[in-house]
This record gives sequence, structure tokens and C-alpha cells, in this order.
Amino acid sequence: MLEKALHGSLRYRIWIACLILVGCAGFFFYLRQLDYGLGITGMSRDVSWGLYIAQFTFLVGVAASAVMLVLPYYLHDYKAFGKITVLGELLAVAAVVMCILFVFVDLGRPARVMNVLLHPQPSSILFWDMIVLSGYLLINLVTGWVILACTKKEIPPPGWIKPVIYLSIPWAISIHTVTAFIYAGLSGRSFWLTAIMAPRFLASAFASGPALLILVCLILRRWGRFDAGEKAIQALAKIVAYALAVSIFFVGVEMFTVFYSQIPEHMHHFQYLFMGLEGHHNLVAWMWIFAVLSIAAFVMLILPGVRRNEVWLALACIAVFVSLWIEKGLGLVITGFIPSPLGAITEYHPTGPEITITLGVWAAGFFLLTVFYKIFVHVRGGTDGSPCGPAVDKMIH
Amino acid sequence: MTSSRRDFLKIAGASALTMMTPAIFVPAWAKDVIVIPPGQGLALKKALAAGRWAMTVDLTKCTADCTDCIAACHAIHNVPDFGNPKDEIKWIWKESFASVFPGEQNAYSGEKLQKLRPPVFCNNCENPPCVRVCPTGATFQRPDGIVMMDYHRCIGCRLCMAACPYGARSMNYRDPRPCIAKINPDFPTRSKGVVEKCNFCEERLAKGTLPACVEACRQKALTFGDAENPRSEIRRLLKTRFSLQRRVHLGTGPQIYYLL
Repeated sequence: MLEKALHGSLRYRIWIACLILVGCAGFFFYLRQLDYGLGITGMSRDVSWGLYIAQFTFLVGVAASAVMLVLPYYLHDYKAFGKITVLGELLAVAAVVMCILFVFVDLGRPARVMNVLLHPQPSSILFWDMIVLSGYLLINLVTGWVILACTKKEIPPPGWIKPVIYLSIPWAISIHTVTAFIYAGLSGRSFWLTAIMAPRFLASAFASGPALLILVCLILRRWGRFDAGEKAIQALAKIVAYALAVSIFFVGVEMFTVFYSQIPEHMHHFQYLFMGLEGHHNLVAWMWIFAVLSIAAFVMLILPGVRRNEVWLALACIAVFVSLWIEKGLGLVITGFIPSPLGAITEYHPTGPEITITLGVWAAGFFLLTVFYKIFVHVRGGTDGSPCGPAVDKMIH
Repeated sequence: MTSSRRDFLKIAGASALTMMTPAIFVPAWAKDVIVIPPGQGLALKKALAAGRWAMTVDLTKCTADCTDCIAACHAIHNVPDFGNPKDEIKWIWKESFASVFPGEQNAYSGEKLQKLRPPVFCNNCENPPCVRVCPTGATFQRPDGIVMMDYHRCIGCRLCMAACPYGARSMNYRDPRPCIAKINPDFPTRSKGVVEKCNFCEERLAKGTLPACVEACRQKALTFGDAENPRSEIRRLLKTRFSLQRRVHLGTGPQIYYLL
């Protein structure tokens, strides 16, 4: 099926060329980082994780969101999602690949990465994260590809795929829970030391991932000769609305606990985020953009009239994606280090090479995603109307 | 024999999976195990030994502007000086009393307390969070309590730096070797990309000498000893003097005691 990705319109080829260009720029600077060390980034002794790990954390959520399509379709027989579950699974594959790349580019000694498996430490959450992420990658690659291949050949998918699909549901929850536990279990970082971290991660994941899927569906409908169906898009929009509401609520809950209890070491991080601390306010503007965008998006999504308008829906989804990227891909990781355990406030400024490497990894992910969706549209071309192709639908139900 | 591309891909995929199988699934007989009989190890007879190594810092003796302990430690352990705080590597350094003991000072504390500059370094915790989170076992705890670093196993993920509540760990953000003033051939230099920290001078203990900072302190403010031995000097000090440990409420069991 891969050969389908080799042909396409001029627009498709320009897009692919741009992605390859950005990817190559990222790779070039990664080679420089390999040569010089992580000192080429803005990370420091005090702020020892930066953009890379923050992107990883955000993208784990995007990956986990595939479950929001798989669960209604396979467990509740919600037929409208039949056509697009594969889109969700392939999005998960691309997102997990980006996650793995982001962790990899963040390593000081990448050549030793297999030490995690050679000397496994069950007490380390990072070890478990590696296990669940690679498992999730495998599950979604297999299910997405097998279903797509069977749709193409118009044959029912093999029987063994069903339990694998069911397994993917709890597995999706596990990847984001385990990722949250990396942070939530650290006694010395009061910003992350909260039991609500995993639920917060999941809520924001189930808003940002489906928001991206809606955007993809709208793009495919306009330029890709594939219509996901208005019912499916509207159902996704409702999922985004509720997940976003829960997500905003969770942030509010955190703020109440922190500001009402007034424990200084818990308050300082939130003060740094929203007000600035001792003259340091790198993230303040960003966080207010997050607050405004997320609330605006929520209002747009709960009003049925606005939600049903394609343009407003697209704007709302962009607002959701951007605001949650700011919250998780920027604020959550960096602020854990500010102030430091010794009370020092060290600001973090990502460097040019670091930003280029980050964009390069995103480009690699979007390259994969484009290729997957190109194949998907090709395979699905002409079989519109029934959910997953009649044969697939018969096997599942 | 004819084999299709599909078969080839299947075999290649299966082989790749086998290579990724974690070592826990390797049967015990297949592992290389070298058993060193007791008494024949690398440890020399004159090596200092303890049930749990610990240190006291007498803040009434430690003078604010003295940096002898830092100079001695960093020279012996080949700690580089990059000249910028971003990439800085430090094993032992000095901080204000308020930074070291947040909450132990108030607005009316006397000048004496405010002027203190306690030395801070790895607490070699009894229950170290860094060891718990390390995904490769590159940082580990010896039976005598010293938290060690294996510079050859560390992958540089820096989870230990996030986990340490004391900020005791430093990352080699770049090659340290060109920035070491004078290389001490008796201690390894590190490579870029690994994390390091104070090791309670385990290499000196093995040769029967006390940690470099203890030896370098002219005020005799630092006392090193076995916290599990009731007759040790450190136990006598802890019995007779008031002591503080950093962020002891976190349950890490820090082994540096500050005497007031």
C-alpha cells in the first residue's frame, strides 16, 4: 500500500517537500547537538528538561486520544466513527513515533538507550513508559494497518485483530497515566506532586487529540476527497467540548488547593506561571493566552449553532490544540523546575538549534501522518457510505 | 527456495523484536556472572568501612567566605569550570541559610543566622529518590549508604536531576575535559551527556583516607563517620548538639547533619 504515497497532486508534493526540508534542518542541528552535547540547548543545571520533554508529554496525550474513537465504535457500536477509527489509530502511531524521537533527542548519551532494556529497573517509571509506549506503537500500527489492508482487499479482517483492538483501549489510558507518574511521583517538585496529574493529563489529551482529528477531517473533506461525515465530526466536537471542560476544571481545582492552602512552595510555581515571580515572567503571557483561548474554545464548542459552522469549529479546534499545547507542552514541564529546590529562579530560553530540532521532529511526525492519511484516502476512495467497508463492519459486530 | 518480500519482512520484524526483549527474560544460566569470593575483592585491607556513612557540618565553625572544601573536592574529582551558570557542574557549593533551610528562618532571625553560608552537597540519602527513578541502574546505593554513579551506564535522561530534592546533581551539558584546570589522573574524568554528583569520596575511603572536603577544612567543621556505630564521633556530636537535615519531611533520610 505504501506506493500510494508516492503519487499525488502538486499541493501534496509541496507539503511533503516542506516537511522533508524542516526534518533535514532538524537532523542537521541534531548532528551538531550530538557533537557538542545538550549544552547547545537552553536547558541548564536548574531547568534540566525543556522543549523536548514537554513535547513528548503533550504528544503522549495526542497518541492516547485514539481511544476516543475506538471505544465508542468497538464497545458501543457507534457506527458514525467506523470510517475514522483508522484515522485515530494512525494518528496514534505518528504521535508515539514523535514521543519516542523527543525522548531520544533529549538523551545525553543516545547510543546507550538500550541500557534501559539491558538493565531494566522496575522501580523506574521511565522504564515502564518505554514498555507501554512501544507496546502502544505496535498495537496501533498493527490494527490500523491490518484494517486498512483488509478494507483495500474488501475481505474481513482476521479474527485475532479484535482482542488486539480491545487491548488498545486500556493501553491508551496506561500510556498517559504512566507518563503522568513520571512527574507525579517526585517528592522534591511540589508543582508536579499532585494525585490529579494523571486525570489532568487524560482530560487534556482527550481534548487536544480529537481536536486535531477534527481539523484533519475538515482538511480531508475540503481537499482530500474523503468525507468523515457530519455526524462523526459533531460527535468528536462534543467529546472535545466535554474533555476541555474537565481539563479547565482540573486546572481550577489545582489552583484552589494551592492558593487557598497558601503553602508557599506550592504557590510559587503558579505565581511564576500566571503573575511572574521576583521579576521573572517568561511564561506569563503564554499562560494568559492559554486561559483566554481555552475558555473561548469551550464557549464556541458548547454553543450548537457555532459548533455546526465549519469555520467556527475549525477555529475552536485550533484554539483547543494551541491552548493545551501551551499548558502541557510549555507550562507544565518547565515550571516544575522554577523555582529550583534551592529557591533559585532560572529562566529557560530555548535556543535556535533546539527549536529547529523540535520542529524537525514535528515535521517527521507530520510526514508520517501525511503518508498514512494519503494511503487511507486512496484505499477509502469510492468505498464511502459504509463505516469500515461492509466486510469489516460485519466482523466487528 | 523462494521467499517473498512479505516473508522477509516477517522474519526481519521478528528478529528486531527478539533483540528488544528485556534482559529480565534472559535465563540466569545465560548471564555472565563473576563471583568474587569474600576477601579477594578490590577493596584493600586498610579501606574505611561503615554501616552507614554520614557527615556533620558544624555551622558554628564553618566560616561564610571560606571555600577550601569546594576547591579541594573539585580539584580531586576533575570537576570542570565552564565559566557559566547554565552548564555549571558542582559537587559541593555554598548557599544562604534561607535557601538551604527554607522555613527555618524568620524575619527576626539574628544577623548570625542570616550570614551563614552552609556548604551543600549530595545527602547520600537513606531512601534516595534518584536511585528509585533511574531507568538503567546507573545510579545505585551501596550497602554502606553511599549513592554511586556509573558514568558508563548513564544515558543522560536527567530524571534523577528532576527527582533530587536538593539540586545535588549536575549534567555534563558539554565535554568537560577541556575545562578542567588540572586533570587528576587518579580519578576518572567524565564524558559529555552523563550526570554526576558528590560520591562521599568513596575512592578515598577505599584507600583508607577521609573525604577531601573533611581533610581540607581548616576549621574542622566537617566530621565524617559511621552513623550506625554508637561509639563514633559523629554519633557523639549528634547526641550532644542540635542538628538540622535538609527537607527531612520528604522521607529521603538525608545523611548530612548541620549542627547549630
